Amino acid sequence: MTDDKDVLRDVWFGRIPTCFTLYQDEITEREAEPYYLLLPRVSYLTLVTDKVKKHFQKALRQEDVSEIWFEYEGTPLKWHYPIGLLFDLLASSSALPWNITVHFKSFPEKDLLHCPSKDAVEAHFMSCMKEADALKHKSQVINEMQKKDHKQLWMGLQNDRFDQFWAINRKLMEYPPEENGFRYIPFRIYQKLGLSTLYYPGTMQTKVGLELRERDLPASERYLPAYASPVLGIKTTTERPFIQKLFRPVAADGQLHTLGDLLKEVCPSAITPEDGEKKNQVMIHGIEPMLETPLQWLSEHLSYPDNFLHISIVPQPTD
Amino acid sequence: MTPRNSLTLSMTCLWEVGRSQRSLWAACQCGLCPCRERCGTERMSATPTQKALPGLLWIPQGRWFRSAVGPTTLYGPPSGRGKPWSEKESAGTTQKVWFRRGVNSHNPCGTSWIEMVGEMTMVNVGLNDQVWGISCEDRAVYFRQGVTPSELSGKTWKPIIVGRESDRSHSGSSSSLLSAGCFFGDEVRGSGTESAPSDTDASSEVERQDPEQVLPRESVDNSRSLKGSLSKGPETRGSTEDTLENACPADSKKAPEASGVDECHGPASTPAELPWTNIDLKEPKRVSSQPSAGFPETTGLSSLGLFPLGMEEPYVADDHPLWAWVSGGGCAVEACSVLKWFTVQSGLSPSVQSLSLSITPAQTAAWRKQIFQQLTERTKRELESFRHYEQAVEQSVWVKTGSLQWWCDWKPHKWVDVRVALEQFTGHDGARDSILFIYYMIHEEKKYLHVFLNEVTVLVPVLNEAKHSFALYTPERTRQRWPVRLAAATEQDMNDWLALLSLSCCESRKVHGRPSPQAIWSVTCKGDIFVSEPSPDLEAREHLLPCDQMFWRQMGGHLRIIEANSRGVVWGIGYDHTAWVYTGGYGGGCFQGLASSTSNIYTQSDVKSVYIYENQRWNPVTGYTSRGLPTDRYMWSDATGLQECTKAGTKPPSLQWTWVSDWYVDFSVPGGTDQEGWQYASDFPASYHGYKTMKDFVRRRCWARKCKLVTSGPWLEVAPIALSDVSIIPESADADGRGHHIALWAVSDKGDVLCRLGVSELNPAGSSWLHVGTDQPFASVSIGTCYQVWAVARDGSAFYRGSVSPSQPAGDCWYHIPSPPKQKLTQVSVGQTSVYALDENGNLWYRAGITPSYPQGSSWEHVSNNVRKVSVGPLDQVWVIANKVQGSHGLSRGTVCHRMGVQPREPKGQGWDYGIGGGWDHISVRANATMVPRNVSREQEAHGQGPVYC
Repeated sequence: MTDDKDVLRDVWFGRIPTCFTLYQDEITEREAEPYYLLLPRVSYLTLVTDKVKKHFQKALRQEDVSEIWFEYEGTPLKWHYPIGLLFDLLASSSALPWNITVHFKSFPEKDLLHCPSKDAVEAHFMSCMKEADALKHKSQVINEMQKKDHKQLWMGLQNDRFDQFWAINRKLMEYPPEENGFRYIPFRIYQKLGLSTLYYPGTMQTKVGLELRERDLPASERYLPAYASPVLGIKTTTERPFIQKLFRPVAADGQLHTLGDLLKEVCPSAITPEDGEKKNQVMIHGIEPMLETPLQWLSEHLSYPDNFLHISIVPQPTD
Repeated sequence: MTPRNSLTLSMTCLWEVGRSQRSLWAACQCGLCPCRERCGTERMSATPTQKALPGLLWIPQGRWFRSAVGPTTLYGPPSGRGKPWSEKESAGTTQKVWFRRGVNSHNPCGTSWIEMVGEMTMVNVGLNDQVWGISCEDRAVYFRQGVTPSELSGKTWKPIIVGRESDRSHSGSSSSLLSAGCFFGDEVRGSGTESAPSDTDASSEVERQDPEQVLPRESVDNSRSLKGSLSKGPETRGSTEDTLENACPADSKKAPEASGVDECHGPASTPAELPWTNIDLKEPKRVSSQPSAGFPETTGLSSLGLFPLGMEEPYVADDHPLWAWVSGGGCAVEACSVLKWFTVQSGLSPSVQSLSLSITPAQTAAWRKQIFQQLTERTKRELESFRHYEQAVEQSVWVKTGSLQWWCDWKPHKWVDVRVALEQFTGHDGARDSILFIYYMIHEEKKYLHVFLNEVTVLVPVLNEAKHSFALYTPERTRQRWPVRLAAATEQDMNDWLALLSLSCCESRKVHGRPSPQAIWSVTCKGDIFVSEPSPDLEAREHLLPCDQMFWRQMGGHLRIIEANSRGVVWGIGYDHTAWVYTGGYGGGCFQGLASSTSNIYTQSDVKSVYIYENQRWNPVTGYTSRGLPTDRYMWSDATGLQECTKAGTKPPSLQWTWVSDWYVDFSVPGGTDQEGWQYASDFPASYHGYKTMKDFVRRRCWARKCKLVTSGPWLEVAPIALSDVSIIPESADADGRGHHIALWAVSDKGDVLCRLGVSELNPAGSSWLHVGTDQPFASVSIGTCYQVWAVARDGSAFYRGSVSPSQPAGDCWYHIPSPPKQKLTQVSVGQTSVYALDENGNLWYRAGITPSYPQGSSWEHVSNNVRKVSVGPLDQVWVIANKVQGSHGLSRGTVCHRMGVQPREPKGQGWDYGIGGGWDHISVRANATMVPRNVSREQEAHGQGPVYC
């Protein structure tokens, strides 16, 4: 019998073969060869692309070197989304390797956050962790950790060290034995929308006026998180503030909530009606878990290192 | 106690009929049903009188219960049946559950009654023929699982968990549930009947019931039934409790206290009884509000002197609700629906665990399979063709540093503060290696020592009162008998280091997951469990692997004895004599997270006693006083008298243990005691006796106090019988033993010899015990590959059991084998052909002259002394725990040793190879049938003229 621990390993060691190509309009001194790399699904673009940056910088004139950013088929890639999520959302139906275009000019201020250094990634990653633990344990676990434990989590991710990371992260995945699971499941759902449907019909945007960390971000018209995010209410990711739905792993009657229950509640349009044709894929880490999968199990095993379940809803590819 | 009517009118009968009118159930409070046939009364029968009535009303026909049935008729052996009866006290009545088979519209009477396992005060049948019941034993609500239209009788009773946090493993319900788990096995119960249940079979099964279970309540008062009955009602939990516990087995013939108490116990369960064997069950342990416990009389054994300590725990029960009525008639449960009433989220009571030892539904769920499968496909899709791509993140060195204390190598040895660093490297092939650096200061000079973790052979936690420390062995350090000892400031800190280092060691050796079925298991004197994967070289003739190079990893849990078999069945016995079965998991204890399997890890507890001695000297004026001579030992001391041990100052063995009783006098010490527990002697130290003579100037008495440890590990309790020894049949690797059950023999803590039925890879816990009669209590048992069963009695002599085979699992009779001259044997171990025994003075004996026609052999030949435990495996390999082994740096007590040069022509071998130690207490190599390579085995065949009689 395969052990559940193997799922954690498989998730952690997921890799996406990627071909980085310099944007055609970038002015080069010499020809820039494409650069091939296996990107860890659970990591962040700006965290794992030092080699790419170095490679293409060599081809550029020194004065043209500014902040690197990435784009896939015209969509700027948000570095603060895990790589696996970006791929599932945007490119899961296309052929491998994943062709990413590298830019050094015309930073899309409206779409992307700046990433001046890895500290920015760390700050973002740790804040996600804290959000997740706020949902799961009222922040008790993460707050009880020492600084070095936080550091170990981050270093584990940065250095792609599964053991180092999970030695600490397992504590975040525990729950009191008298409970059936976490308090709430940290999840984020993303839906890829066709160009015609630019905005997800959100009616809940403007309820409580908390700080909107990413307020300045204008809409990306290609994809956006459907619902999800910070613990304390409202925040925009791309263009709209939205509310983190609080979703418990166990129903009031003791029944375990499943992935299907979550989608029904949060994003009913994603679910294929019983008689209807399957229009959408519900993806996590490049796989489509059955809708019967208990959400608690998913949260423990298929969460990204930031402890969120990043769920992509993408149109069923038509062959 | 279950409310009962008086005997004559005690038969309340409760009927339930399913809506389908095909399902008829009955529960009767009937100690009498089983005895009906014995008393010559008619069969239990029932006839529908009014078929027209919706719901099919049934009434019992005829004289269901003969009023003439009385206590007197219940005594004595049943007529016409070959099975001997044992008589035991059972304060409760049994309330049997009957299912009427063959009921349908054509034959509304049905054909026969089937007795269902379990005892219910009532049953209730719902819309789709599902059945609810209230158990007699624990008054919990049960649901009949497996009821389908085609199988209306269902499969097992399953307790419905009524969400109460406090239902922990020591609640009264757990033991009875667990025994219920035994009841529910599919195996043929008892030893004889194998045909499908029919009227007669049902009654014959019933007949095997203990006759005293059906005793009317009044009969409890008669003196016979009082014998040995030991009350453990909460009322007696006063100051006399400890005395009682120890005194009662000894003077079970009087036990006057018990009679009174019997009347006043509160609502509680009847002792769990197994109906299919004549064995005397000990009352379920730790059943706290226990009415009165049965003590055995059949064997007529006195438990004196060997009464297990730490057995009868005065735990107060969690008062879980006692249910009186359940009605599920309005509840339609589809036969195939998955019910969630049974899951306990935490602190699973072992009983429930045992029911789910097999794979849980969650593990087999489609969604899980799908995820595993898709992840594999994803890896294939996204990685297979792209492995030549560069990795985005280069593997680097990871260093964990910390502060520990180290037991320094130089004299005077002491704990010195050190900095430690663990550096992990990952090679290109993904393999990992680690080095542990220990930086210390000597003469103001900074130095370090380092250990390659791939050379570490074992990490042993060494917990004591003061320090959280662990020892790290390499082959060299094993030879020196001088491990690297490190101590952490806190338990958490130690566990973190231990878990990390263990994981690193396992990774560097690519050992992970569940141990192989051939694994060698061992236990330290602290109860820690270790397991080693045997290399084929281990039993090779030449170039064999020195056993100091064996790599041991720890398994969670706490045991004193462990025995394994090459089909993956592993049993253990705790210090409190609880029997445990291995669940197939790994980790537990301090091994959490990655080092532990997700499932199959359960809470485990153990209880042991700490002993101190009160010493007194005779003073002509005042008699015995606690004022000794100036040269005397401490007036409160340990057994040796060298250490002062006061009641107040003595602590549990380590911080893992907590006291669970107060100090009490231990009457079970060797040599006997007087009524106050004193033992007399002319002077310290001397041999003590239990009566005072003119020459006795000193006396001492032993005080004991129980302490308890709670940990976790891949173990499930096998209730309710406490064991003192167990042996599982060793099988050679190529022997195709699949198909028939695995023979498992055990000795109960009272000395009864038992044979476990229904043990298989899929059901390692087996289903039921079969009692093997003996005329004295036994101490040790062992079964060899060819079903040769040897045992050692408590008087020190050996016995051979004749005619044991798969079809006759209990054999037919004992052959007495005298012990070696002037020696009392304590343990025996049987391999393929070799039989080894151990005496109380540490001598190891080989049984010579064994031939197929004369399996008892002719004489004992001395092999070695200095042996504490012996384990003979299926290759006739001999491993022992040696008493003392001297290394270059130190002495170790309790060392694993391997007998060298064992061959068919020379089964006694020559000399010892020393392995891990000290502090080891037990080893089992009986699962290791890993053969040496082919050519050698052929050579072996050529020489194979040994006494093979398989």
